[in-house]
Amino acid sequence: MGIIKTSKLIFEYIRRDEDGNVEGITRAIDNVDLDIQQGDFIAILGHNGSGKSTLAKHINAILYPTEGTVWVDGKDTSVEENIWDIRQKAGMVFQNPDNQIIGQLVEEDVGFGPENMGVPTKEIRERVEESLKAVGMYEYRKHSPNRLSGGQKQRISIAGVIAMHPKCIIMDEPTAMLDPNGRKEVIRAARALHEVEGVTIVLITHYMEEAVFADRIIVMDEGRIEMQGTPKEIFSQVEKLKELRLDVPQVTLLAHELKKSGLKLPDGILTIDEFLYELERITGKQNTPGKMGIL
Amino acid sequence: MAILLNHVSYVYQAGTEMAVTALNDINLKIPDGQFIGLIGHTGSGKSTLVQHLNGLLRPTKGALYYDGEEYYSQGFDLKRLRSKVGLVFQYPEHQLFEADVFSDVCFGPTNLGLDRKEVELRAYTALKQVGIEDEYFYQSPFELSGGQKRRVAIAGVLAMKPDVLILDEPTAGLDPKGRDEILDQIKALQKESGITVILVSHSMEDVAKYVERIIVMNKGGVLFDDIPQKVFHEYEKLEEIGLAAPQITYIMNRINKELLPVSTEVKTIEEAKNEILRAMRLQHD
Ligand SMILES: Nc1ncnc2c1ncn2[C@@H]1O[C@H](COP(=O)(O)OP(=O)(O)OP(=O)(O)O)[C@@H](O)[C@H]1O
Ligand SMILES: Nc1ncnc2c1ncn2[C@@H]1O[C@H](COP(=O)(O)OP(=O)(O)OP(=O)(O)O)[C@@H](O)[C@H]1O
Ligand SMILES: [Mg+2]
Ligand SMILES: [Mg+2]
Repeated sequence: MGIIKTSKLIFEYIRRDEDGNVEGITRAIDNVDLDIQQGDFIAILGHNGSGKSTLAKHINAILYPTEGTVWVDGKDTSVEENIWDIRQKAGMVFQNPDNQIIGQLVEEDVGFGPENMGVPTKEIRERVEESLKAVGMYEYRKHSPNRLSGGQKQRISIAGVIAMHPKCIIMDEPTAMLDPNGRKEVIRAARALHEVEGVTIVLITHYMEEAVFADRIIVMDEGRIEMQGTPKEIFSQVEKLKELRLDVPQVTLLAHELKKSGLKLPDGILTIDEFLYELERITGKQNTPGKMGIL
Repeated sequence: MAILLNHVSYVYQAGTEMAVTALNDINLKIPDGQFIGLIGHTGSGKSTLVQHLNGLLRPTKGALYYDGEEYYSQGFDLKRLRSKVGLVFQYPEHQLFEADVFSDVCFGPTNLGLDRKEVELRAYTALKQVGIEDEYFYQSPFELSGGQKRRVAIAGVLAMKPDVLILDEPTAGLDPKGRDEILDQIKALQKESGITVILVSHSMEDVAKYVERIIVMNKGGVLFDDIPQKVFHEYEKLEEIGLAAPQITYIMNRINKELLPVSTEVKTIEEAKNEILRAMRLQHD
């Protein structure tokens, strides 16, 4: 069994009126089977409302299945005495950092998690320093988190999770509010945690370029897993992704469009290097335009 | 009906040990009908700047003018300003508060003193414009997904029909299709009704595709203020200040350097495709 496993997971949000009568039911997760191995880097894509955050909250035992089961590191999340363990194993970075900022000072905020876990004071200090440096916010350690810009807050909440040294980090759109450089830094930090420390990463994102680095991409639609595969497999299916309200990286789309215009390019080009290599291959040969298939 | 900023500076918690200079001597002119992109690293002062435009923050130094009238001068109608200059906040949660989605969107136009029928018509139209289906109208805005909340917040401001529409990272959290749909809608609105749009964004791709002028903020000051082609031409300088150009700019620059003479000033995939095909044909003629 992998570090995260779900079996026939169903979750329904139930809305009630003041008298407690059921007003409506939204099935946000609809029969999801998932198996994520320790050390995997998984990206989850999907349209707004497709169930990504709801799924993520199950991994952190914030929500419990309406039907089916979720295990984190072999422990059933619906069993009360497992919750403490599960939340230490699987750290969560939320979509909106405002929801998780607690401390008066940045360093208190970041130290809150390890302190709660009973980490000795000296080690807390080291962890706070190391994780603030990892997200490039060390110089703000004495600031009030409530008075930071959007992107700065986001990086503080990521540092807070890193400081807990979890086996698995679930990031729910961690880069949504970041500038291009901050976005690169966060993805770099996630990849480093994954490659160097073997941390399992589950990255939920609407930026297609960020999913290129994953080992596997999961695409959700209406609460179900609609596609699964390597970035190359997934991003080769441009039209299907568009139907699912998604997209592909610009370089992938450009190659796809050129191919439609007759250039002999392969599907699923993911990087600029790859694109240049392929383009050079077809332009390099001194063929006639007709043979190159542009006309 | 331009907005003018004259030597505007803003300091958070001025006079204390924690003072932060968020804006430093900003001079800008925002004429009618432009579609402007406002970009800059996190903490560069974008949100602070836009909150000045609709009178939520008052400059520590300098002055702003709307339609030639100085903000905060005697007889200046702040309430009227806020109905003319609509701001969608960076965090939509801060803007949602009513019991259900429909009432939430009705709040702004109701406050303008419009009659019930007009208010509801506007709310309905605005919710449709941002792609929120009827089934969500009577749900609590707090029970929506992240992207759905953002759409409702945008609808709330659209329903006020402002002359200047400011969107502080409106597409953060939207799925790619939703991003295109909303920005297409806003572009169409700007063209049809001639409103001014200021788009604060970290997505260089969106900015390249939609705006006609880019203002680049750096550490509280304005670093560049020019058309997109000129601004993205400076991609190395943009990188130095935490930004970047759209991926397409990098692709074209690499092709130009390593493979084929192509123009690096294209902004969209469509333009890039045509440019590459053109260059390839030339090479073989
Ligand atoms: N607290 C809630 N109460 C009721 N329904 C909810 C609640 N939160 C989410 N939903 C609904 O559940 C569905 C899935 O929402 P979820 O937040 O998981 O989507 P998501 O994929 O994370 O979307 P986004 O990309 O917009 O963040 C949506 O239809 C949403 O309206
Ligand atoms: N309420 C506040 N009190 C004190 N300082 C603040 C406050 N809000 C913002 N700041 C500081 O002012 C500067 C500018 O912040 P602002 O929110 O305008 O940046 P921004 O460009 O919108 O950033 P982002 O892209 O992250 O949203 C930052 O250094 C920030 O830390
Ligand atoms: Mg979500
Ligand atoms: Mg901001």
